[in-house]
Amino acid sequence: MNGVHDMGGMHGMGPVEHENNEPVFHAPWEGRVFAMNVAMGFWRKWNIDASRHGVEQIPPADYLRMSYYEKWFTRLVGLLLKSGLITQGEFASGRPEGAKQTPPFTAAKAVETLGKGGPYTRNVAVAPRFQVGQRVRARNLNPAGHTRLPRYVRGRAGAVHRDHGVFVFPDTNAQFLGEKPQHLYSVRFAARELWGEEASPRDSVYLDLWDDYLEPA
Amino acid sequence: MTQHQHEHDHGQDVPSDLALRVKALESLLVEKGLVDPAALDALIDTYEHKVGPRNGARVVARAWVDPAYKQRLLADATAAIAELGYMGRQGEHMMVVENTPKVHNLVVCTLCSCYPWTVLGLPPVWYKSAPYRSRAVIDPRGVLREFGVDLPENVEVRVWDSTAELRYLVLPERPAGTANLTEEELAALITRDAMVGVAKVGVSA
Repeated sequence: MNGVHDMGGMHGMGPVEHENNEPVFHAPWEGRVFAMNVAMGFWRKWNIDASRHGVEQIPPADYLRMSYYEKWFTRLVGLLLKSGLITQGEFASGRPEGAKQTPPFTAAKAVETLGKGGPYTRNVAVAPRFQVGQRVRARNLNPAGHTRLPRYVRGRAGAVHRDHGVFVFPDTNAQFLGEKPQHLYSVRFAARELWGEEASPRDSVYLDLWDDYLEPA
Repeated sequence: MTQHQHEHDHGQDVPSDLALRVKALESLLVEKGLVDPAALDALIDTYEHKVGPRNGARVVARAWVDPAYKQRLLADATAAIAELGYMGRQGEHMMVVENTPKVHNLVVCTLCSCYPWTVLGLPPVWYKSAPYRSRAVIDPRGVLREFGVDLPENVEVRVWDSTAELRYLVLPERPAGTANLTEEELAALITRDAMVGVAKVGVSA
């Protein structure tokens, strides 16, 4: 979606404010929000792409106003309600309805699972549509749903720098329409191709882009 | 007043009841049997105390002292980083990009906050902020200057926008005058910011 989250190249956001000796969480509630987001993922009611889309769907003014973990809280509530893990009534009253369940994610499991992770590669035979070194153009796609094709690169030409192999495709996965595994490439775009003649002739931006985002240039 | 509180006074104000709303949600999830509070404690403890930039610093220091390791790291970062025991969530598919006197690398996620958790822990606020995400791709040299890194025109800047599940770690240049340092002493010099690409490693760091 062409949301405010797609920030690459925007002006007016101000200087980068760096905090020395920054704590991992600035308040205990931030840690609880982080941990609830991770833990609730183990009910397998959504995937990482649907979860990212949950943040993107926060209205733009709220998105810009909210702190990072406030966005995570808002996203989590949205996913919990949408997936039916909790009801509106429960959320409003704070009181559970129905029989008590058993969490799939225990403390012992937490450390083990985080240490393993879950790869997004898929071992399926899909032919790459592009070769390393080939000139490609990012397609001018404007889906209303989730996509990882930023606006600033659409319509721009670059060259395939590396073929990462076959990965889950976020646009369909976010909507539970299937993983549609396909090749993912690192594509190099010259800074001048993206930003015009004012940009340094030496500089470049690399993006990881799926087959479906690209066409021959 | 800390800088963070200062930021909160200017447009990033957290509603005073947010902490209460978070607590209410956690109570509901616990009472409904959806979440184990001890699992939440374990998750928080992991990223507050166990997984952080010291991991990445050990990777970089090893690459500085062991050329064969460095070669493996640049060829297959995920496997080379796993050799040191660092693997898992948000580190499943790692890429390491090397700074040289001619090339400077900078990592960003313009769309959200993708960051290599296994080697750097959770990202700092500035990395997730609108100013960094908007500007890193269009004005990397300006952003770097604000961080105190003034690159000459003849150095090539490569910005890596983490748009997929690849996670990027910058291999900074080893500073001059460190030939006599041990791997452990080298690791102590290496900062999170240098591994994101917004700083260089200095001997007095």
